[in-house]
Formats: sequence, structure tokens, C-alpha cells
Amino acid sequence: MSENLAQQDSPPGAAALLIISAAGAFLGLMATALSPDPLFRLEGWIFTLAALAAAAALTVGVANGRYQADPRRYEDGVIRAGAIATVFWAIVGMLVGVVIALQLAWPRIFYFPEAGWLNFGRLRPLHTSGVIFAFGGNALIATSFYVVQRTCRARLAGGLAGWFVFWGYQLFIVMAAVGYLAGITEGREYAEPEWFVDLWLTIVWVAYLLVFLGTIWKRKEPHIYVANWFYLAFIVTVALLHIVNNLSLPVSLLGAKSYSLFAGVQDALTQWWYGHNAVGFFLTAGFLAMMYYFVPKRAERPVYSYRLSIVHFWSLIFIYIWAGPHHLHYTALPQWAQTLGMTFSVMLWMPSWGGMINGLMTLSGAWDKLRTDPVLRMMAVAVGFYGMSTFEGPLMSIRSVNALSHYTDWTIGHVHSGALGWVGFISFGAIYCLVPWLWKKEKLHSDALVEWHFWIATLGLLLYIAAMWVSGIGEGLMWREYTPQGFLANSFVETVSAKHVENIVRALGGLMYLSGALIMAYNIYRTIRQPAPAVLPEASGPIVAAAA
Amino acid sequence: MSALTYEQVARFAQQGGTVYFVVIFLAGVAYALWPKNREAFRDLAHMPLREDEDDHVGS
Amino acid sequence: MWKNHSKLERHSLLLVLGILLVVSVGGLVEIAPLFFLEGTIEKVKGVRPYTPLEQAGRDIYVREGCYVCHSQMIRPLRDEVERYGPYSLAAESMYDHPFQWGSKRTGPDLARVGGKYSDAWHVQHLADPRSVVPESIMPPYAFLAHKDLKVDDIEARLRTLTRVGVPYTEAALKNAEADLLAQVDPTASGASLAKAYGDRVNRRDFDGDPERLTEMDALVAYLQMLGTLVDFRTYEAGAAENLR
Repeated sequence: MSENLAQQDSPPGAAALLIISAAGAFLGLMATALSPDPLFRLEGWIFTLAALAAAAALTVGVANGRYQADPRRYEDGVIRAGAIATVFWAIVGMLVGVVIALQLAWPRIFYFPEAGWLNFGRLRPLHTSGVIFAFGGNALIATSFYVVQRTCRARLAGGLAGWFVFWGYQLFIVMAAVGYLAGITEGREYAEPEWFVDLWLTIVWVAYLLVFLGTIWKRKEPHIYVANWFYLAFIVTVALLHIVNNLSLPVSLLGAKSYSLFAGVQDALTQWWYGHNAVGFFLTAGFLAMMYYFVPKRAERPVYSYRLSIVHFWSLIFIYIWAGPHHLHYTALPQWAQTLGMTFSVMLWMPSWGGMINGLMTLSGAWDKLRTDPVLRMMAVAVGFYGMSTFEGPLMSIRSVNALSHYTDWTIGHVHSGALGWVGFISFGAIYCLVPWLWKKEKLHSDALVEWHFWIATLGLLLYIAAMWVSGIGEGLMWREYTPQGFLANSFVETVSAKHVENIVRALGGLMYLSGALIMAYNIYRTIRQPAPAVLPEASGPIVAAAA
Repeated sequence: MSALTYEQVARFAQQGGTVYFVVIFLAGVAYALWPKNREAFRDLAHMPLREDEDDHVGS
Repeated sequence: MWKNHSKLERHSLLLVLGILLVVSVGGLVEIAPLFFLEGTIEKVKGVRPYTPLEQAGRDIYVREGCYVCHSQMIRPLRDEVERYGPYSLAAESMYDHPFQWGSKRTGPDLARVGGKYSDAWHVQHLADPRSVVPESIMPPYAFLAHKDLKVDDIEARLRTLTRVGVPYTEAALKNAEADLLAQVDPTASGASLAKAYGDRVNRRDFDGDPERLTEMDALVAYLQMLGTLVDFRTYEAGAAENLR
């Protein structure tokens, strides 16, 4: 940076963050030193080292007079970091997914008797958290920071707080992931991290909410664009879900283990209230926000119906929160709660398709672009898959259908049509849009590689879903099959070996989807490394307010 | 505590939930269709299409 | 009132408030009643807190992520009841922190696996699943058999469970470590174990290696008691107190 900037001119946030990092390093070190629990010490070391690294980076940064923010420019650095992290975690999360798919297909090859940390039970949370929270979460944080600045015409609030959110979130991911491998878990699906990691995420999440809201408060637009509504609902509701579902009592403040506050049926309903709304608010509301910004932007068409988007918003967030009990059909949960969950799950079909129609119809007048622009096509297919899985979901929530589908691979197929088709494709689309914009490149390195990514991923996805439909419905039917004499026709293990081929096809589909992500990573890398365009945008010129 | 029976709670949840939902839904629709908001919404639908000058915060 | 609507989107805090009002009601109506509705959990004879050894085994079950492939919830459907046993009652998981009902049956349900197989079968199956069931796709857990069980914090663990509502008596807490050791040692007196948890507790060396107290002992002890607490020969589902 220029030398004439006064060194002590750093934003106050830097000093505060430096103090917080130093305090964090001290606390981490004390906890590590005093704890008798080796697993807790492992996490303590990670936390301490991260805090020390943060403190060192901040010290150097402050001493060199970095962090000289220009309030007239958008804060894009943290978004660039977020885009890279999104691609990185996508590959990690999907790779673990392929590994556990291979374990189910060829258990004799991919298990190691003495390496418990490589067993399916430990890797599966790593896969789910890796793709949902690491890949999806980074995509959400990065795009939300981009969209809120552009649609509010305001620089990201809080100075370095945005960077705290980014690095704090990566630390959460690393601590959670290392914990899973080491055997630290609360045993709650999609909420496996233990109490101290949950506390850390709560701190980061509150900072995220404040940065997001602070930017909205600074806005120069009279209105708040609807994408920000969805992002806000995502941030606020996930905070609520996270805190309630993770209420637990640690055995010791210097140990990793805790016991959940609730037990049995109450615990089950709390967990699935959380679990289903992690889908509703993390994997749906947040990515719908992405749709409402990047689809119109890329298609260069206004939102099809802004009114519909408002109705979509309120009915979606209202109905989703009731749907959790459909995960507990025929269990010991009282039946009225099951019925309520089912009713609202079926109703959920309507707002979901309202959103899908709104997204797809935004392309009206620009349909020809689907042929020429693979990025837009990717996002359109994402919206299509959103429609498909939000039709399948209500269907599976019907009690009699659920009697067959529950506990089977059908659920896994359903989740992946949503996760790979909707969440994955809309995020890839957003990343392909963002990278040239953020790094000031005219366009992507190669559109042909995007085509390759699109087709490999689409084929892999279809293989995956088809295999899981066949194996899921197949095993469901085999479990309930009777001989003419009235005996159960199949032992359990027969239904396991019957799925061998489908397990292989699934692993292949996942591998193809991962290959697509690798192609994307290469394409993104080459795009970033492209030489700058010949005509520099007047970045170094005088900054004048752009014409309003 | 014991005053509440299973039936009462179930009925409250079902009927109360329905009423609450209808009210929220109608409020949302009314807001979306309110004539005064028409211009604002038309403007907002174009929000993502506004081009900023490079990375400068627009004014 | 309606003309204030446009403020909703102008004022972000109102928007946050609106979101909270809309998303909190569903959870409140569905979850809150469970905490005081008497009918949710029927009183069932036989259900008791886990013994220290069983709880230690359960903690291993949670640690290894068994719940990602095995459910512990038998639904009242004909094939499930015939395959796994009587359907699960809410009371049977009333001391489960956290619940482990699961959501996927990559392997079979385990809610009533207790007593179905011998200890030796479990030990062999856990160490090398395919040596017992060739088509199995379960991961191997051989390492459990040569990992000493950590017993010094069992009292602290049970004490924490007491704080979240599991009714261990003060005596049971004090004796936690001794009770744990007594359960794997049939020659010990075991009087306090029987006093706290009844005389139907399985007491033996579970992993086939009496010289050592391993994690395998604890896990097998937990598996062997799953679903065995309620005597379904005398349980009447139709009785008034069992109807929900």
C-alpha cells in the first residue's frame, strides 16, 4: 500500500480484533494446558494456533498500515476469499462423500480394522458437514456479502468484522471436522459438533448477523431487496435452531463430552425441528436468495414477479418451520404432531413451486441464453431440481409413503437431488458469475470447461438419484415382502447384498459429480490467473461518485 | 399442567396454526398486491440489473 | 395498519421481528406441549437409567456414529414388529441423552438387539463383521477390543446426566466406578449394583478377555441390554395408562 498512509490510521476494529485474538490464544492455551482430556487438548491446540496466527497477521497488518479501507469502495476481498473457500470445501466434502460411497460398495477394500477414525460412522458426519456447512455455508456467506453490498449500495459494515466472520467460520469447520475424525460428537445428525465448537459458531454467527444487518442499516436504497430478506431469514433462523438444538451440559468445562438437555421423544422432536429447518433455512432460504440475485443478473432480465417473491417468502418460512415431525412418522412421537408435520409438509409444495416458477420465468425473453450460456443453464437446471425435490419431499412426508421410504436409500436419493441438483448447481452458477466480476476479468477462462462441468455433473447426478431410487424402493419392498406362507421373505443382510450394484453406480455418480467440481476448480484457477484486461477499469483513477 | 389433555393440545395446535397461517398468508398477499407498492416493486424487480461503476459504492 | 406495511421492508429490525414471529410459532406449538403433556411418555414398568457400564458403552456407540446406519426405533408396522420385536415405546428412550432413534437403516434396527446374539458373536462381529456375515458392509471395530475403558470420569458423567434429568441416586453416583467394575466381574459382590439397577442387570465379562476392561466390554454390555427392560409378556398396550 502507499507509504503516505499514516501507520496508526488503522481502523479501530483491527486493534479490537488483535486484543480478542490474543485473549483467545491465552484462553485456548490455558484450556489446553489444564485439560485432562486428550481430545479436548487437540481442539485446544487448533484453537490456540488459529488465534496466534490471527494475532500475528493482525500485528503485521496494523504495523504495515494495511486495512486502510476506502469507504467509497465495496469490500470484495473477503468475498474473493469466500469464493476460493467455497470451491476448496466443495472438493473436500465431495471427496469424502465418494470415499464413504466406495466403503459401502467395497467394504473389504475401503475399511481398515485398526483405523477407527476412517470408519463410515466418523466419515459420514465429515461428508455431510463438509458439503452442507463448509461448501454451502461458505457459498452463502460469500454471496450474501456480495449481494447485500450491491443491493444496498453500501460498503460491508464493521470493517474487519467481515474477515472475522470468514476466518472464524473456517476455524469452526476445521474444529468440527477434526473432532469428527477424533470421535468428538454430540450424536445429533447435522449438529454433531460438541458444545465448545457450538459456542464458537454462535459467536461467529452473531458477528455475521451484525455485519449483514449493519450493511442494511447503511444502505442508500429506500427498500431492502427480496434476496436480502431470504438471507436474513436464513441467518436469523439458523441462529435460533442452532442454539435450541444444541442445548447441552458439558461433563467438564475442560472436556469435550456433553449430554443433551433433552432426552428421548423431546430430544427427537427438537432435533428434527432443527434438522428439517436446516434444510429449509440453510439449504433453501439462503440459496433462494442466491437465485433471486444471480438468475436475474445473469439473464439480464428483471425478477419475473416481485409480488410473487414476497408471497413466496412469507409462506415458505412460515410453513417450513412446522414440517420437522415428518421425520418421525410411526415413531413414539404423539400422532397429532406427526399429522401436523405431514400437513404442513404437503402445503410446502405450493410456496416451493411458486419460487421455482418465479425463478424459471425470470428467464422469459432470454430462453435462447440457455443454449449459449452454460452458467445460466446450470442455474436454470438448479431451479428445476429445486422444483423436483420440493415435489418429492411432500410426497415422502405422507405417512403411508413414508412407511416405505423411511430408513431407506430413497431418502438419500432425495437429499442428493436437492443437494447436488439445487444447492450445488446454484452455487456453482453463482461462483462462475462471481469470479470474473471479483477479479476484474472479462470472462471465464473457458466456457467449454463449464459445459464439461455441467454435463459430467448432470449425468453423475442422474446416475446417483436413479441408483438410490432403485435401491431405496427396492429395499423398502424387500423388508416388507412376505412368502405365501406368511413369513418375512428376506433376511436383513439379503436386502444389503441386493443393493451392491446400486452402491457401485452411486459411487460412480458421485465420482462424476466430484470430477465436475475439479474441472470447475481448474477453470476458476485459470480465470483468476488470467492477465488483466488490456483496458484497466479506472481503479487507480480519481474516485468520483458514479452517476446515480 | 394436568388441565391440558392430549385432545386440547392437538386441537389448539391444529386450529390455532391454521388461523395463524391464514392471517400471515393474507397479510403477505395484501402487502404484495397493495396498489401503493406497485411502483416500488417494479423498481425493485430491476435491482440486480443496475450496474455499478466498477467496485465503487454507488450514490 | 396496512399502510405501515411498506415500513416492514424499510425497517430491517421489523423484518427480523416478523421473521422471528413467523418461525417461532411452529416450533412452540409442536415442541412445547411435549414437555408437559402427560400422555407423551407412558409410565412403563422396568425402564431404568443405564448402569455405569452400559452408559459408558452408549457413549462409545455415540462416539463411533453407529446411529448413522442403525436405527433404534421399531415402528408399529407388521414387518418391523415381526423382524425386530415389539414396537418401541417412548418410555424406553426417556433416559437417552441424546436420543439415538436414527434415520437410516443401512444396517438393521438395534432397538431390541439385546439378548439376540451371544457376547462372543458380538465381539467377533464388531471386530470383523464379514467373518460372521460375509455380505455385511459394516466397518470393523477391532480396535475396541484392545482399548482400555476409561473409568475415572464415569461418576462425573452420571452426575451430569442427573443434572439433565436422569434419576440416579446419590449412592448410585458415589458407587458409579465400583458398580461399573462389579458388572464385568461376576465374582464381585455387586450388591450396590443390584440395589441401584435391579437384579436383572447382565453381569459377566463381555469381551471374552477377563484380564482387561476394554471399550468392547462396555459396548457389548450396552448392546446386550437394548430393548430388554420392558417385559412385553406383561405389558398391555391397550391398557388405559398406555394409551396415548
